[in-house]
Amino acid sequence: MSGYLLYPGCSLDTGARAYDESLHAIAGPLGLELTEIDDWNCCGATEYLGINLIPAYALIGRNLALAARQANGSRTVVAPCSACYLNLAKADHYMRERPILGERVNEALAAGDLQYEPGSLEIRHLLDVIINDVGLDEIKARVKRPLSGLRVAPYLGCMVPRPDYEHRWSDHEHPIELDRLLDALGAEVIDFPLKTHCCGGHMTQIGPETAYELIRRLLHAADQFKADVIATVCPMCQLNLDAYQGATNRHFGTSYEIPIVFFTQLIGLALGLDADAAGFGREMVSARHALGRVGVKPPPPTDAEARRRPKKDRLSLPMPQMPGGEGGEP
Amino acid sequence: MTTPLAAPSDPTVGADLRFLEEVSAATAGVSRLEMCIQCGTCGGSCPVAADMDHTPRMLFAMIRAGMRDEALRSNTPWICVSCYHCVVRCPQEVHIADVMYTIKSMAIRAKLYQDSVAPDFSQTFVDMVENYGRSFEFGLATRHYLKHFPLRIPGAASMGAGMLSKKRMTVKPKRIAGMAQLDAILARAKALELTS
Repeated sequence: MSGYLLYPGCSLDTGARAYDESLHAIAGPLGLELTEIDDWNCCGATEYLGINLIPAYALIGRNLALAARQANGSRTVVAPCSACYLNLAKADHYMRERPILGERVNEALAAGDLQYEPGSLEIRHLLDVIINDVGLDEIKARVKRPLSGLRVAPYLGCMVPRPDYEHRWSDHEHPIELDRLLDALGAEVIDFPLKTHCCGGHMTQIGPETAYELIRRLLHAADQFKADVIATVCPMCQLNLDAYQGATNRHFGTSYEIPIVFFTQLIGLALGLDADAAGFGREMVSARHALGRVGVKPPPPTDAEARRRPKKDRLSLPMPQMPGGEGGEP
Repeated sequence: MTTPLAAPSDPTVGADLRFLEEVSAATAGVSRLEMCIQCGTCGGSCPVAADMDHTPRMLFAMIRAGMRDEALRSNTPWICVSCYHCVVRCPQEVHIADVMYTIKSMAIRAKLYQDSVAPDFSQTFVDMVENYGRSFEFGLATRHYLKHFPLRIPGAASMGAGMLSKKRMTVKPKRIAGMAQLDAILARAKALELTS
């Protein structure tokens, strides 16, 4: 199996630690050799592009230049974060489409003794690499613990299937690749109609009501299909749906309780890893019921969780409730 | 909610008829904005159009009509969530999301945005990146909430505490080793223009 240059992106060190942990735990078994790009910097997310164009592309360009310099046999950069993936791919694409942009970025990079030849790297998202390079047959052969009975909503979000400059996906709005991967893990995959709809991106920080409505739609759809978990491929999607699920529930008076996990965590479980090694326990909406469905012991609760009042068991029989009241604990 | 466009008696008074060209030239790739046929597929595909002053189609019509100030004052690009639904559906393949970024940066330069929450958030994010070379969520959230959402601080603090306890946030930023190199690159980049 060939090697890859890994661009982890800022969130894998913080908000998406579970993604980082599960990725590194499955990389060996799947034969992925990942070499981190030395001293990479932030890609600017969706913020810098709206402030100042040339610095925004120069910021991305430094990463491309560092990767190209470090490339030794492998010229494939793999990014697990959808926003990072799109920014790197976009810079590479537009530097070719509009040569003046490429010239300007290289003028800026020259101030740091760097340069980048657009098109000299292949920029890919982790999901693409796992599905197309590792392959579903190989993954199927390595499944030790099929995720039978776990209903999973495959959720890609926006920036992997769109704009898709290199035409790598079967469809911009309803691609089937993630469904097939989860199917190979033995999971019960729902035909999730909102699989490429938006999680709100940075709007949770700017116009929370706008974001909550987008989050509500996704949770509602997954709930209608009785999904046990939503599987994501993006740190931003995971953060919005997981950490803002409570705020969304409070805003709309709903009571969704759907754990949001990275697809690499589900691969980890299927390969036989325990919950801790697959990064479970970091989610704000606990995945313990979902883990129970596939016979995995949940990680021990954190101190803060242990102090909290136990939540109602979703699997228990319905109990009579006072009209208008919460019902409360028996 | 969309706002009806104001109709001046002489529509060419104050109109900047080079504006379309300017927006297109300042966009990263080949924007194809000139190709817009006003079909409305963008607005019909937009998950957040209801919160925009103008649908993307209307905004593009305003740009073509040279309504510079109105276009730069619109909240539309600030509401855009970069989901690229419109981009893949546009029959003319206009780089809609990238045009939105262009309008934002022009609105910042002209100081014409109506609401400072979104531009401040972007600027604070960029400040962190320019200081450390990496994003720094704790610093970003603290500064942003203090300035714009002080009443939301208790809720945000409790969520932040949860994130800290699960080691999903750190109170100390990470700084890249090549900070001087990045500084030099960004300093030179800021002196460059795409169009000159």
